[in-house]
Amino acid sequence: MDTRVTKKKLGLKERYAAMTRGLAWDTTYQPMDKVFPFDRYEGIKIHDWEKWEDPFRLTMDAYWKYQGEKERKLYAVIEAFAQNNGQLGVADARYINALKIFIQAVTPLEYMAHRGFAHVGRHFTGAGARVAAQMQSVDELRHFQTETHAISHYNKYFNGMHNASHWYDRVWYLAVPKSFFEDAMSGGPFEFLTAVSFSFEYVLTNLLFVPFMSGAAHNGDMSTVTFGFSAQSDESRHMTLGIECIKFMLEQDPANVPIVQRWIDKWFWRGYRLLTIVAMMQDYMLPKRVMSWKEAWEMYAEENGGALFKDLARYGIRLPKGWEIACEGKDHISHQAWNAFYNFAAAAPFHTWVPTDEELNWLSEKYPDSFDQYYRPRLEFYRERQQAGHRYYSKTLPMLCTTCQIPMFFTEPGDPTKICYRETTHGGDKYHFCSDGCKHIFEQEPEKYVQSWLPVHQIYQGHCFKPGVDPTQPGFDPLAAVLDWYDLNVGRDNFDFEGSEDQRNFATWRGDAPQAGSAKKGGAA
Amino acid sequence: MNTVATVSKVFIAFQDNEEARPVVEAILADNPQADAVYSPGLVKINAPGHLVVRRATIEEQTGRPFDLQQIHVNLVTLSGHIDEDDDQFTLSWNQ
Ligand SMILES: [Fe+2]
Ligand SMILES: [Fe+2]
Repeated sequence: MDTRVTKKKLGLKERYAAMTRGLAWDTTYQPMDKVFPFDRYEGIKIHDWEKWEDPFRLTMDAYWKYQGEKERKLYAVIEAFAQNNGQLGVADARYINALKIFIQAVTPLEYMAHRGFAHVGRHFTGAGARVAAQMQSVDELRHFQTETHAISHYNKYFNGMHNASHWYDRVWYLAVPKSFFEDAMSGGPFEFLTAVSFSFEYVLTNLLFVPFMSGAAHNGDMSTVTFGFSAQSDESRHMTLGIECIKFMLEQDPANVPIVQRWIDKWFWRGYRLLTIVAMMQDYMLPKRVMSWKEAWEMYAEENGGALFKDLARYGIRLPKGWEIACEGKDHISHQAWNAFYNFAAAAPFHTWVPTDEELNWLSEKYPDSFDQYYRPRLEFYRERQQAGHRYYSKTLPMLCTTCQIPMFFTEPGDPTKICYRETTHGGDKYHFCSDGCKHIFEQEPEKYVQSWLPVHQIYQGHCFKPGVDPTQPGFDPLAAVLDWYDLNVGRDNFDFEGSEDQRNFATWRGDAPQAGSAKKGGAA
Repeated sequence: MNTVATVSKVFIAFQDNEEARPVVEAILADNPQADAVYSPGLVKINAPGHLVVRRATIEEQTGRPFDLQQIHVNLVTLSGHIDEDDDQFTLSWNQ
């Protein structure tokens, strides 16, 4: 049913075959295994690389043509946005904090993805996989650049964006995305594709780019929605690379199935943990809401992921380990993360706040099984304390999970009143985890994870101060010394949104009544 | 435990703009089982089991030639196995 009547020109499939296949060769001066040292040691058995499918059949000339078109459209919007002072048209200056997290945590991952795909694009022996990975490498560089360009406009007006790549290597919560990607890049090429293309992009990335970007549009940020959707338009190709790679491995040899399942288990959980911050952005940082994290999870993870794993069952693949726990988490993780960042707002270069009453009501409505019972009273208490002049900032350091590097704030499955702690011993040392999922991942590869650069440990070991700092001197303030090492502008980049320079400036630029409190704006639309 | 009870849905989403509109309209015309859901900036089309995008229908909508690979420009996301040739683009699940 695929073959059609041959026309004067070659059809798409023939054209694609003619332009992409038979272009690779086996090396003769050196053995193939020496030239391609990475594509066998993971144990994945490939018998016939010719079976690799590229369903989009995008040839290089078509690729450049459509990518060029996307860029022209995107830069027209970015330009217009800048010329018209679009930053003043966003719903509320609190929203800008979501963009700060974007440039701090997401954009550097685009660059890491660029490098990661360039690496695997060099190291597969199959030409089809190499071409797909190389195209993606170029895409990811484009995403890094367009996000940097689009957000650089905001950087002229708002705090918390001026040092993003420096922070990525240093700031405690940015170790979460950084370690995720370095874990993937230090795996072999098949694990990398399973991690990034399949588990992250196919199963989870819709949750980042689709509802959140629709939310950006709803909040008047045409620049972000345009770079978001422009990046996401490449994502369809990336997701397809992910699912094709999985199918290819599973079809090539039944011995691949357990290896792939183990990777899916690991990377689903790693990706799920990483998305905690997106859950929080969606529920707390978009003043005008499109959908809750819970609704997005149901639509993109449960419904779509469910369909995917039902389809893959024919290969003997099951739902990832921890799936049920992740589904239970939809009622909780955004609230637990916001609570953590609210408390650590002195140590993070973005602002937090207690939502307005209207927003609290929206959360109550969207989370009938958890919000009023567990989370709303806490937020109302924080607000009361703040209004009494006692905004609380935690200055101690949290215990981190050795695997995902997130502070231990997740709760026990089945009991949202109890923090979940797990531990294991390896080589005489004790290691701590946020969940069974993270503990299990560690136990599969302890020699890898004992090397984790855990920010809190590093601070305690004295590795996060500027040269010449003497922690033994009387009155030493470790947090201040760490923030100095981060190059964070204390008082401008951090603390509550209420009373921030961003808040003041935005109100002044818009001609709003000064200092009446942010509470009057925003709210569900 | 939320595996889908009956037929799994495929979906395809586009930026909600003028370029994508004839594509969306063609999909809805060719796939009576599909429904379109609009949110800001975005239109997402869901269909049980399978969905087809036909070049001929898009060309009827616009009155000019259309290369199916042009959908990449406004495509936001999709789900399902893909099969594409010059005349149609399909999404399906095996079950
Ligand atoms: Fe990307
Ligand atoms: Fe963890």
